[in-house]
Parts: sequence; structure tokens; C-alpha cells
Amino acid sequence: MSADAIIEAKSVTKTFGGPAEPVVALDHVSAAILRNEFFTLLGPSGCGKTTLLRLIAGFEMPDSGEIRLDGEEIGHLPPNKRPVNTVFQSYALFPHMTVRENIGFGLLMQGRAQTEIREIVDRMLELVRMVEMAERKTDQISGGQQQRVALARALAPQPKVLLLDEPLSALDYKLRKEMQIELKRLQHETGITFVFVTHDQEEALTMSDRIAVMSNGKINQIGSPREIYTHPVNRFVADFIGETNFIEAQLEKGVARLAGGARVAIETGHADGAVTLAVRPEHVRIATQGAQGAIPATVADSVYFGTDSHVYLALDDGTEVVARLGTDASGHSGPEAGDKVFVDFAPGSVQVLEA
Amino acid sequence: MSEVQKQADRKNARNAWALSAPALLVLTVAAVGPLLIILIYSFLLPGKYGNVEWGFSFDAWRGILVSKDIFDGTYKLADAHLTIFWRSVKLSLLTTVFTFVVGFPTAWFIATRPPRWRAALLFLITIPFWTNLLIRTFAINQIIRNEGLFNTAMIQLGLIDQPIVIIYTDFAVFLGMTYVYLPLMVLPLFAAIDRFDMRLLEAGYDLYASRMQVLRRIIVPIVKPGIIAGSILVFIPSLGAYVTPRILGGGRNMMIGNFIELQFGAGRNWPLGAALSMTLLIIVMVALLVYVRFANRDGGHG
Repeated sequence: MSADAIIEAKSVTKTFGGPAEPVVALDHVSAAILRNEFFTLLGPSGCGKTTLLRLIAGFEMPDSGEIRLDGEEIGHLPPNKRPVNTVFQSYALFPHMTVRENIGFGLLMQGRAQTEIREIVDRMLELVRMVEMAERKTDQISGGQQQRVALARALAPQPKVLLLDEPLSALDYKLRKEMQIELKRLQHETGITFVFVTHDQEEALTMSDRIAVMSNGKINQIGSPREIYTHPVNRFVADFIGETNFIEAQLEKGVARLAGGARVAIETGHADGAVTLAVRPEHVRIATQGAQGAIPATVADSVYFGTDSHVYLALDDGTEVVARLGTDASGHSGPEAGDKVFVDFAPGSVQVLEA
Repeated sequence: MSEVQKQADRKNARNAWALSAPALLVLTVAAVGPLLIILIYSFLLPGKYGNVEWGFSFDAWRGILVSKDIFDGTYKLADAHLTIFWRSVKLSLLTTVFTFVVGFPTAWFIATRPPRWRAALLFLITIPFWTNLLIRTFAINQIIRNEGLFNTAMIQLGLIDQPIVIIYTDFAVFLGMTYVYLPLMVLPLFAAIDRFDMRLLEAGYDLYASRMQVLRRIIVPIVKPGIIAGSILVFIPSLGAYVTPRILGGGRNMMIGNFIELQFGAGRNWPLGAALSMTLLIIVMVALLVYVRFANRDGGHG
């Protein structure tokens, strides 16, 4: 694997429940997380993303497989022997300690000197902009502030990797947006590798350097947000990340033929046979009749969103397709329900998924 | 302040007094009144056949610490009384510490079971409460006396040839009190541990704390209110225990409770009994003050 990997998971399997009714949380998962990157584990609840995080943290031990940190096998070390720290979903701040004591706890347990602890904690307070709150108890600060303290507490011992378990899910929308930017800034300033767990695809797309999309205990795809959005490897990834239209088609000599007879141009290099085409709604366009690749369709409904309108179309063969059409200055939002129109797809926008 | 305002305030004050009258009445009749009687009795003279004779005297209070020689009339330290006080405090402290040592793991175990189990286990803890204290204490007596279950079994098994003398020792009293008061320690500890957020343990381990450090720096400070409540609930009744030392300690290993009873019975010295009762009350108050001080230290999560 890459020499630049800070964490390597090799064929990690984890099962919960007794031998009678085992529940497989992770099924031979392998992944490499690179040094200094913002790496996101993305997937629906129950996909195994939190389990993988807890295995890296040491709260769970793998049934089989290896977890390496800086090339060293750590899969069976207890959490207090691993140079990684966690920001918990519930924050798990110590209620009997002040903000300062919370942030300094890890350093104190590492046996650092008092003066050094003070110095680092002061720096952390500044980093997360909580200097005035240092002597407060954790129940005297707001949710967003608790979030910052949890971050500072996990960053203070300068871990090799920071693990974040859905840390923004308890915040309201506006605060969440702020914290997303804040997290990126912290990652940039500290240069620590962040491993971030979320089920929010928008959060994953905007924050990550790379994303691992997980489902049913397996990693479907690892790649940059752009790669994952534009080139999803399978139907699950295409569906989970953003909105996607799925259209069944037959490949014949490099050309996709829809059930209604229309032909769609695709990238080369795919074997003939039954496939699923994936097209993002923003890549569906209104075409003129008779143009090459124009597909006849009927407008079922049209919903105006301000910046664009979502037009629900039915192709001749009954396949439902959503198009996002930009609105012009006059506020005219394109075709109305019942209209007969022709559509095509933006060049290079059609992804071929193995059916 | 306007006249109308003042009138309204006075009316409010009158209403407040009227509304709290029932509570004040109950407090006066049930708490202040009896205490006052005891306090007054402690400054009177003992009657020949019990009761008191009217006449102011410090004898009873002096009698707690010193005793008068019946032959030459000299005063010397009443070391028998002090032994009883010391035994009471010592056994109560031992009982408190030991019920904590046994009760904490028990409460932790119960609090970490699934909810269905928890109710059943808590019920088991409280079962002894449904039985009369006398019967329970006599049951312990039956087990630990020289010809009792324990010694018979040990002799039958050939482990010992002479019975181990447990009954009528301080240890027997300690054993009995630990058994009787253990639920009073377990229940408040359970309540505190039940509220404890177990996710904090993971946070502690994650931040490089060892198991002992997690216990000392996270668990104990957070469940401290439960520890203090349990300690008070065990220590105070232990200090005034009567039945347990009477049945398991015999006549020689008296505690304050038995000593007080003696003054009102065979001793026929009601004023001394009253003075001893007040002393017990003072010891309890001092102990409570120390606890409260301890509880309020570092931030006061009490």
C-alpha cells in the first residue's frame, strides 16, 4: 500500500451478537487513509462506518484483519495506548470539570508537566475561540461551544489521527454550516489527519479530501468528492450521493439503446449487454425535436424552486426522469405539466453502471 | 414604597404564615417539643424508681464524661462510657466503609444490566427490608453462634475442632450492621450510577486514562452525591443502632443506643439517658456538617 498511508485497514471483519445470530458490521474492509487528509466515512446508518471508526479508536477489537497506524499493528491495543483521539457524537465532556480541565485531561493523563499543560490548553482555547469560557463548567455553555471544547480536548494531546463520530449531527442547520468551515480550518491549521463519520452526503462532499462510501459493512468506493459524484461505481453510490436518474438500457457496439428505442451516446470501453445508465438531474436538457439523441417525453409535473425548477418527466417507455432546469430572468420556468417535449443528456454526463 | 404597597406586603406575610401553620404545628409537636423535653430532662435529678425529680443539676451532663466514686466521693474519668462511645463511632465507620466497598461493585453491576434485570436485582436487594429487623438479626445469631450453622458446618467438615467465637463480639455487631444497612448504601449508589453517562468512560480511555484513573478522576467525582447519601444513610442509623448490638453484641459490647436504653430501664437514671441522647444527636450533627463540607468541596455536586 501507499507509503503515505497513516492508517491502513487490511481485510477487517467485525461481527456483533452471539454466534447464533451474528450481525456482520464490517465484512473484510480494506482502506488506506493518507497522512494529513480529511477522510470521510459516508453511508446510511448501520453501514458499519461508526464500527470502523471505533475499531481505529480501540473501543472495539476486530474479529480478524489488521489495523495499522504508521505501519504499526494497533488492532488489539486498548484505546489509551493509541495516539488517536475521538470527538464523540454526544461530545462526552466531563460534567464535573471546567472547560480548561476538560481540554487538559488528556495531557494530564499523559503525565505532562503542569506548565506545559497550561500552555497547550491556552493555545487550544485560542484555536477554538473559547478563551473567555475557560473557567465555565460544561453545562454552562451552549451546544456549539461544547462542540468546540470536545474538539479542543481531542486535539490537545496532538494525536496522529483525529476521529470524529458524526460530531455535527446535534447542531442546528446554521451552526452546522459554521462548524463545517471551522473543522476545515482546524484541520488545515493543525495538519492532523481527520477521519470523519457522517450520513450527510452534502457534508461529506463539501468537507472531504476523500470519501469512502459504505453500505452493508463494505466500502463501495473511495475517491475524491468529484470522482464519487461524477463517476459513481455502482447504483448504491450514485443513488446515495446526490439525486440520480436511473435508466435501463441495452449496450450494442458502444451505443446504449433505451427501451423506447432512443439511442444515447456513452463513454467507450463497456461490454455489451444490459446496463443501467445514471444521469444527474442537472444534466438533463430540453432538446429540439429531431436533434441527434433527442428523446420524446411527457411532463408529469413541474416544481418551481427559485434558482431552478424540478421537472418530472415520463419517457415513452414509462421510465421516470427528473430534470433540473435553470430559470431565466423573466421567472419563466420552462415546460408545464402535460407538455410533450424532447430531452437529451449533456455530453459526457451519462454513467454506465453494471446492471 | 407606597402605603398600599406596604399593606399588600403585610397581608402577603400574614397569608404566608397562615399557610405554613400546619407544617409549623407538625414540626413543633413532633420534633421541637420532644427534643425540648429531652433537653429539660437532661438538667434534672434522677428519681429513685426512674422518672425525674424537679431540681436543676449538671450531674447528668457531668456523668457522661466522669463518674463519682461511691466510696470516697472523688471524680474520675468514666472510661466505660468513653469505650462505649468509641465502639459506636468505630463500628459505624467500619460499617459505612465496608458497605461502600461491597455496595459500590454491587450497585455498578446492577446499573449496568439490561433494564429488565435491573428491576429484579433491585427487588432482591430490598427483600430483607420486608422482614422484621428482629427476626433477621436473630437469624444471623443462629448462623454465627457457637453451636450455630457456621461453626457446626466447619466442625463437621473437619476444618476446625473448636467453634470460632463470633457471637457477642464487636465483629458480630459489625457483621450484623453491615447486613442490615447494606441496602441503604446500594440504593443511592445505584441511583447515582444509573444517571452516570457510560460514554464518559470511553472518553476517559480515549484520553489516555488507565482504568484506575477513570475510576478515580471520572466515576467517583461524578457519583459522589450517591456515595455521600449512602454513607449518611448507613452511618447515622449505625451510630444509634439498638437491636443489632443488643442481640449480636450481648450485654458487654454495648453501643450508645443500648447504653441510653439502660439508663431509662435498669439504670434508673433518666437525666443521664437524656444527656446521652443529646450527645448522640450532637455527634450526628457534627458528622453531617463534616459530610456537607466534604460534599461542597471542589464545586459542590452535592
